[in-house]
Amino acid sequence: MLHPFPHEIDQAHPAVEFRGVTCGYGSTIALSDVSLNIAAGDFVGLVGPSGAGKTTLLRAILGAVDVFRGEIRVGGQPIDRRRPRAGYVPQLETIDWNFPVTVEQVVLMGRATDGWLPWNRREAVEQAHAIMERLGIAPLARRHIRALSGGQQQRAFLGRALVSNPQLLLLDEPTAGVDIKTRDDILHLLDQLNHEGVTVIMTTHEINAVAAHLPWVVCINGGVIAEGPPSEVYTPEILKRTYGAEMAVFHYEGMTLVAETPHLLGRGGGRGHKVKVPGIGGS
Amino acid sequence: MFEPLEYQFFVRGLIAATTAGALCGLIGVYIVLRRMSYIGHGLSHAVFGGAVVSYVMSFNFYVGASLWGFGSALLINATTKRRKFIAPDAAIGIVTTASFALGVALISRYRTFTRSFDAALFGNILGVTRNDLIAIGVVAALTLAIVLVMYRRLLFTTFDPEVAQFYGVPTEWVDALFSLILAGTIVVCMQVLGVTLIAAAIVIPPVTARLLTDNFSRLMILSVAIGAGCGLVGMYASYYVDVSSGANIVLVAAIAFMAAMAYSGLRNRLATGRGLAPKPAAAPDGAIFE
Repeated sequence: MLHPFPHEIDQAHPAVEFRGVTCGYGSTIALSDVSLNIAAGDFVGLVGPSGAGKTTLLRAILGAVDVFRGEIRVGGQPIDRRRPRAGYVPQLETIDWNFPVTVEQVVLMGRATDGWLPWNRREAVEQAHAIMERLGIAPLARRHIRALSGGQQQRAFLGRALVSNPQLLLLDEPTAGVDIKTRDDILHLLDQLNHEGVTVIMTTHEINAVAAHLPWVVCINGGVIAEGPPSEVYTPEILKRTYGAEMAVFHYEGMTLVAETPHLLGRGGGRGHKVKVPGIGGS
Repeated sequence: MFEPLEYQFFVRGLIAATTAGALCGLIGVYIVLRRMSYIGHGLSHAVFGGAVVSYVMSFNFYVGASLWGFGSALLINATTKRRKFIAPDAAIGIVTTASFALGVALISRYRTFTRSFDAALFGNILGVTRNDLIAIGVVAALTLAIVLVMYRRLLFTTFDPEVAQFYGVPTEWVDALFSLILAGTIVVCMQVLGVTLIAAAIVIPPVTARLLTDNFSRLMILSVAIGAGCGLVGMYASYYVDVSSGANIVLVAAIAFMAAMAYSGLRNRLATGRGLAPKPAAAPDGAIFE
């Protein structure tokens, strides 16, 4: 589990506040009556089925959705699209991999609004190289983005988000489509950034491999269903309300995990069916 | 060899073709990367409508046609952004053909036209006047200045317009400014290449350059150089082969594209043969953890 030791979370100054927010796109409501406080220094995973509103919640923090009711505050201030206060890493599937840019050019896009000269300031270039060094992609700086592995591509876009030193980092499915080693690398890097004071909010579909390791999880399905540590949030009731399916929960070596086979429960024994995992007690 | 340079009209045409080629090469990079190649073709038709309206209203051609083109480009952007299910090519098709049709309708309505629009349709590079040259030069200088000042914002907006706004890039302003220089480019290049060939001058240089590099800044330089080179060579060669200058410029650009295709194919084959084909690089062990 991440956070092997407690780190400072500033509960008095929330990084992100949702106060009774109903938001969406055009006339379509995607999230209803969301009230949520994410403290500065927190590390939060947003889980829920596809179309539940996870990405919408991230976009709401960025000021990119229509807010019909309520208020969103970032760093205590109302959101202002012109002055973003968060680094954002989009889903990689939205990227045009044939676009002619190198890794260094992608990272430096994070400083695109920094001055009016066609080239970046020396300080920005040095900062970009320091970040690429840290992410292990400095030797690939002049490579085209298509010539990288999935994990390296993810790190390049993480570098773009980090190059402006944000105190709030928003990531949309940062571990989607990468192998186990890369997923662990990304999670540990995010954990490290979090311990340095960066508030991290990420969406994920991986409730066991990713969200179960996070200190705080928010279950979403058209609104906030529940929030808390995985050990408290991963209950059959909450998971059913979130995913609309029966899901068994079991505990293993201090971790709370979910049996991700709801169809078996539905077709097999239905309610009360015990998931048999050798050496692990089901619930 | 220098015989064509003895004619004043040819020298003016040569300067116009080279500058227009460079300008189209510069603006074409953004057009092609935004996957809006058809906009050059469409907007040149829309501008034709604006040119006719300017004439009917006794308005300055350059100003009227540019404003019309700018309005059309904004309308295309607004249509695709407000109705996501309308693809850019469909929006371009609707707005620009409607504008072109308006021009044709006005010509047929006011049959007392004394001005020939043949030059706008097919280009008349040998008839380029000093004022036309000044107009091309001013638009080229303004476009270059705007591209240089907005370079990093334009790059981000072109690469990932949605995320760019999350990083504070005023993408709507960037798009509007780009529409303005695009409209200006098309208006001043109409006289050189004509409506029918302008799309090729905008699309071929960046696509050719893209075959030669994966780096955005190098792509820009190469595209401008290819556009200018094709304008110069195409115009110069037209004197000797005795064909339409506009068509010759585009044919030279097409030959350059085929040469780049052959070169990149050969390069990839050689790289694959030597095991040098680009592949994901190995991450340095442990770097991520420090």
